[in-house]
Amino acid sequence: MFKIVKREEMAEGTVILNEIEAPLIARKAKPGQFVILKANETGERIPLTMAETDPEKGTITVIYMVVGKSTALFRDLPVGSGYQDVIGPLGRATHIEKLGKVICVGGGTGVAVLHPITRALKEAGNHVTCIIGARTKDLLILEKQMKAASHDLRVCTDDGSYGHHGFVTEVMEDILKQGDVRLVVAIGPVPMMKVASNITRKYGVKTMVSLNPIMIDGTGMCGGCRVTVGGKTRFACVDGPEFDGHEVNFDELMLRLQAYREDEKVCYDAYCTLHDA
Amino acid sequence: MDAENVMNLGLARTGRAAMQREESMVDKQATKTKKEKIPRQPMPEQPPEARARNFEEVPTGQSAEAAMLEAARCLQCKKSTCVDGCPVEVDIPGFILRIKEGDFTGAITRIWEKNALPAVCGRVCPQELQCEGSCILGKKGDPVAIGNLERFVADYERKHRNAALPKKAASTGKRVAVVGSGPSGLTVAGDLILKGHEVTIYEAFHKPGGVLVYGIPEFRLPKEIVFSEVDGLTGQGAKLKCNAVIGRAVTVDELFEEGYDAVFLGVGAGLPRFLNVPGENLIGIFSANEYLTRSNLMKAYEFPKYDTPIIRGKNVITLGAGNVAMDSARTALRLGADKSRIVYRRSRQEVPARAAEVHHAEEEGVEFHYLTAPTRFIGDEKGRVVAMEGLKMELGEPDDSGRRRPVPIEGSEFTIDCDLVIIAVGALANPLLTRATEGLALNRWGYIVTDEKTGKTTRPGVWAGGDIVTGSATVILAMGAGRKAADSIHEYLSWGW
Repeated sequence: MFKIVKREEMAEGTVILNEIEAPLIARKAKPGQFVILKANETGERIPLTMAETDPEKGTITVIYMVVGKSTALFRDLPVGSGYQDVIGPLGRATHIEKLGKVICVGGGTGVAVLHPITRALKEAGNHVTCIIGARTKDLLILEKQMKAASHDLRVCTDDGSYGHHGFVTEVMEDILKQGDVRLVVAIGPVPMMKVASNITRKYGVKTMVSLNPIMIDGTGMCGGCRVTVGGKTRFACVDGPEFDGHEVNFDELMLRLQAYREDEKVCYDAYCTLHDA
Repeated sequence: MDAENVMNLGLARTGRAAMQREESMVDKQATKTKKEKIPRQPMPEQPPEARARNFEEVPTGQSAEAAMLEAARCLQCKKSTCVDGCPVEVDIPGFILRIKEGDFTGAITRIWEKNALPAVCGRVCPQELQCEGSCILGKKGDPVAIGNLERFVADYERKHRNAALPKKAASTGKRVAVVGSGPSGLTVAGDLILKGHEVTIYEAFHKPGGVLVYGIPEFRLPKEIVFSEVDGLTGQGAKLKCNAVIGRAVTVDELFEEGYDAVFLGVGAGLPRFLNVPGENLIGIFSANEYLTRSNLMKAYEFPKYDTPIIRGKNVITLGAGNVAMDSARTALRLGADKSRIVYRRSRQEVPARAAEVHHAEEEGVEFHYLTAPTRFIGDEKGRVVAMEGLKMELGEPDDSGRRRPVPIEGSEFTIDCDLVIIAVGALANPLLTRATEGLALNRWGYIVTDEKTGKTTRPGVWAGGDIVTGSATVILAMGAGRKAADSIHEYLSWGW
């Protein structure tokens, strides 16, 4: 068992943080890499990009939104209990180098994935502007941490309840207009990454996105996570999860993420009924 | 010419063999008439129409009486060609003789001397190409059902637990890391633990067994059997670490730093091949690896009791005609397909699957379409596959593989409806481990180069075997490679070479 040593609820309980004992993974993991978690014997294997690692303590941290049965199962694991299986670190680490002016754009739980990357980019000597957003103020996560990890933090909410009233991509475009931006890292819901990539393409700014497609093994064996990048089929688990946003076929990815939508609903509804009873 | 004479022709080549021939003539003569009367005992099976809709094992197993009758058919050849045909050289006449005598415990002990996984091999080995293919009785009639007999005693022992575990040699204090818990790794572990070495098996998945668990379906190899064989190894003292991706969490260098004296790499081929035709990433198009892993390892056939879903197609196409394709097409039937079709670009003669697998698939209603190849998949507005476009082929000149190359027939375009497509056209070498390991020579396809006799790689202290060396092959060949590597590792740990 991989013990949960810390658990936090964020964004009105819709987003959960788990710090998990996994010393071998913690020792090796780098920003941008992911793990696969499985709650119990009958559970599904779920890939999540790590939000934090502590090699000394031997722990890794994942932050996820509760969207279906598997994440609901994760949510219901108390501190002291744990995951039956945690596998990793998987995928390629983010390529970190000193480029100059960099923008990190995060939406939803993508902010959690963005956090270690932002910090590493700052530590590498880049000037990092960070833009994070959520639907409304109470759903915003990791504001304090992102502020510390970057030079300049901008916050957006769709309903205007906090920060800029509008999308993160609007703020990003304003900064792009000022010029000199060498890299954009955009991590969040697929539509957000698609819009961000379309905008940066106009400005000719290199853009990195982190993809989270459906996956089984995470080691290149099943091909379930295949995405089209630059017209070629790539496996997000071993070739990614980060890709050049200008090359990714986001429409295909969005469709593929819906593959089991009905099955997921059956599973989730049954779990909720059981849970409520 | 009767079977006896065929055997003796083979033996009469040397003077010693001629002497054996006389002896065998004497003791065989007495029972000859009786033996020839016994027909090969059939293996009872679930009827095709019933089994095509459930995941229970197709053959239901033989009775002790049937096994003893079958064992009585064995000629007990002194020069046992069946043993020569077995990649791990099980003493086949030896264990069959014990079955004939009703000593099932003695029979399994005999097998264990050479094979740690008899319940698996009795089920999935291509016996017709190996032991049974070399059986003298097969020259004229049906060979002895060696696979069924092996399966019988392994199942008997699993149920009754009478046999004493094979004896372990005194501890050598040497440590071996086995990477991958598929057939080659389990064989290496089984052999070395008996020789007194300390063995740790590393598995990337959350359950051990490799292809035996994620690849081969329950109806061909119940998982309980694999886990029981693995339990046998851990019972003997082998350590098992699941969720351990070597090359990621731990590298081969670190294994040596941790104090291992030798490392065996048996990680499988593991990278699915796709066709690179338009529309291949539509929803409902799977690699066989993914489709079978969902069903077998993740138990998607028990969804929603198990959380992993799978697409249950009504109109299913499997591309390819190897054993994996047969497993996929038959799984699709069990998951509720009305129609399950195998589409293969070559002809029936080139089908690589075992004859028995093709036969089982045909009995269950899988349709075979030969000389047919896909050119494009068509999807609906939700990105789900709804049809396949293809071409008919004819056979041209032989290609690199020596098989006649399929050539498209002009104007033969067609479209067929489908809602699930499984691509089972082989695997490539997974670079995850090899990329992260220094000093391993790879061939042009990315497979690990080894010495054929010993399984030694180009890096001292590291051996490899199974599909990561040969490319996709069979369970027993991987076990044979494991056996050779284990012998070589033992020599290395004992004498330093």
